[in-house]
Amino acid sequence: MAIQNRDSFLSNLAANLGRPQRRESVSRPEYSVQPQHEVFKDYSAEELIGVLKEHCKVIHTDFVRTDKSDLQATLKRVLDGYEAASIIASNDKRNQEYGLDKAYEEFSKEVDVHIWDASLGKENQVIAERTDVGISFSDITLAESGTVALMTNKDNGRSISLMPKCYVAIIPKETIVPRMTQAAGKIHQDNEKGIAPPSSVCFVTGPSNSADIEMNLIVGVHGPVKVTYIVVD
Amino acid sequence: MSIKISEAPYKERIGKGIDNDFMRQAVSSAQGRFRNGRLTQAEELGNWEDWRQLGEEIRSHTLENIDYYLYQLSEEVEKRGGNVFFAETAEEANTYIENVVKKKNAKKVVKTKSMVTEEIGLNKTLEEIGAEVVESDLGEWILQLDEDPPSHIVTPALHKNRQQIKNTFQDKKGYDKSDTPEELASFAREQLRQDFLTADVGITGCNFAIAESGSVTLVTNEGNAEMVTSLPDTQISVMGMERLVPTWEDMEVLVSLLTRAAVGQKLTSYITTITGTRLEEEIDGPDDYHLVIVDNGRSKILGTEFQSALHCIRCAACINVCPVYRHVGGHAYNSIYPGPIGAVLTPLLDGYEDHKELPYASSLCAACTEACPVKIPLHEQLIRHREIIVEEEKKSPASEKIMMKGFAQWASNPAAYKLSTKVARSALKPWTKEEYVENGPGPLKGWTDVRDFPAPGKQSFRSWWNKRQKGGEA
Ligand code: SF4
Repeated sequence: MAIQNRDSFLSNLAANLGRPQRRESVSRPEYSVQPQHEVFKDYSAEELIGVLKEHCKVIHTDFVRTDKSDLQATLKRVLDGYEAASIIASNDKRNQEYGLDKAYEEFSKEVDVHIWDASLGKENQVIAERTDVGISFSDITLAESGTVALMTNKDNGRSISLMPKCYVAIIPKETIVPRMTQAAGKIHQDNEKGIAPPSSVCFVTGPSNSADIEMNLIVGVHGPVKVTYIVVD
Repeated sequence: MSIKISEAPYKERIGKGIDNDFMRQAVSSAQGRFRNGRLTQAEELGNWEDWRQLGEEIRSHTLENIDYYLYQLSEEVEKRGGNVFFAETAEEANTYIENVVKKKNAKKVVKTKSMVTEEIGLNKTLEEIGAEVVESDLGEWILQLDEDPPSHIVTPALHKNRQQIKNTFQDKKGYDKSDTPEELASFAREQLRQDFLTADVGITGCNFAIAESGSVTLVTNEGNAEMVTSLPDTQISVMGMERLVPTWEDMEVLVSLLTRAAVGQKLTSYITTITGTRLEEEIDGPDDYHLVIVDNGRSKILGTEFQSALHCIRCAACINVCPVYRHVGGHAYNSIYPGPIGAVLTPLLDGYEDHKELPYASSLCAACTEACPVKIPLHEQLIRHREIIVEEEKKSPASEKIMMKGFAQWASNPAAYKLSTKVARSALKPWTKEEYVENGPGPLKGWTDVRDFPAPGKQSFRSWWNKRQKGGEA
């Protein structure tokens, strides 16, 4: 039985609200104000990149900008900076388009490279746990908060951005939107069209952190300690 | 642990809070930091009032149609391979979860911070059947090792200093490094990593469930919610029935309000939104998913004048501005929900009997109402509570008798009003005629209609309390 106790529970709620139970034809009202659409409304792509870059300072994240032809060299510099001996990356279709498949091949001469492989099952998690740097693409990037939205699938596990000490997000320029409004709007519209959301959508904003000890900001708790965003033109 | 955290009388608990210098200092600076964060963010947006308005409209609409949206939510979770259990009581919720854990033969359970699981006393239930329960939020982990209840809903270990934390780690986990926050946290990272990897079941709370897609959103900074939802094969999300929004668009607005109001961040480091079980060929995420929807007294609030208390998104902004909380700390409320919202909600969920003093734990300065991102009229609800208590006890003109207890003892005393902070003092100023306040504006009205009371003076609560302790009325 997948759903239990529903009827009595919901009829009690309806009774307390003093009306019959509602099962259909409820629609959201036109809300009287919609300030979320006003934020960075008429900003150009360049201006949004500026906002993103600025906010990276606040969220303890390194910001790098490059283009496709220079991505491999840029990524190499970032990895060297992290003194990476091992990397794990998503098996993303975009790897080819961005020349990352070649880059990973090249890197594998010097460091351990693991590309997420669904056929290996849990072994992927074990590898992610001992790897220095995780690399994946941002699906939607929120300029206002400096956030990368990661939509997982069988070739792009959650562990990649989570378990290694360092994380690098590859941000295609066209994924940048003003704020979370546009990302949530897209997922909502897809859902209405019958395209259900992935099993996990994770909005990641810089490295993990905590203020639980005397309100001191500690950067790097359970998730990554260091994060770099590479915006690619 | 249930909603109550102690059997000690109020007077004792308040005394404890006031004697704890570190705690008071910590609370006060945390309040300041959180408040500044919130104000900076609000200012930057420019139209904060519009955001609050939108937040309130979303919450009202959702609660007015809560049966519809819960129905939709459960349908969608089922479509995504999950199970949904509707629990009218804490016991029902605990029994269901206990059975899932038993069936899995689970030895270890990892949890994210969740107020509702504290409310229903889940950890105790699971420990009784022999499962090891590990809290993975840093603050909660510290408290768990030390067997101490939380004192703040956003930073639960606010009352502990680093030396105490170091000692706890030493005694309980053999820690041998310094008391710098970085080293302490890195030790917690190592220790908990093992727990994440070996846990059989992950249990999370829920900031917002999204009805349209059967998703659950978790708002965190540490990354532990990601771990808990990614690694164990069985996952249980527990939600208070009101933690619900119709769509992703509504979730987005409320998350923006929550992170700004709670910690002054545009977004926290992780906004994790999970939907059902992992899909075919996926490796991370559970293959067995359960959503437990808890009533536990909430439905009694529906359809009453207190319904908007269910709009609360647990941001703690009201707590961070509260002058009374500042002085007594979280534990004095004897509820896992402290501060103004705790004073409103606790008597509603757990009855007036044990919590009569709570509605008096307020100077009615209305700072809470102003701070609330979803515009819950907190101070008005506190006044209504007082009226109801008075009516119930059929003792008019009220106040005096009940107020002889605990919190009430000082909150009701004319001298106690002198504890009201600058906020109250400056708010009162224009209406102060000589020493007495007559017919104050909004927040004071409910009170001054009944009787005039002395204007807050400059004496601090602490000095008043000390004097009072030494004997007689201050
Ligand atoms: S009552 Fe309002 S301010 Fe207080 S915690 Fe709830 S949402 Fe935040």
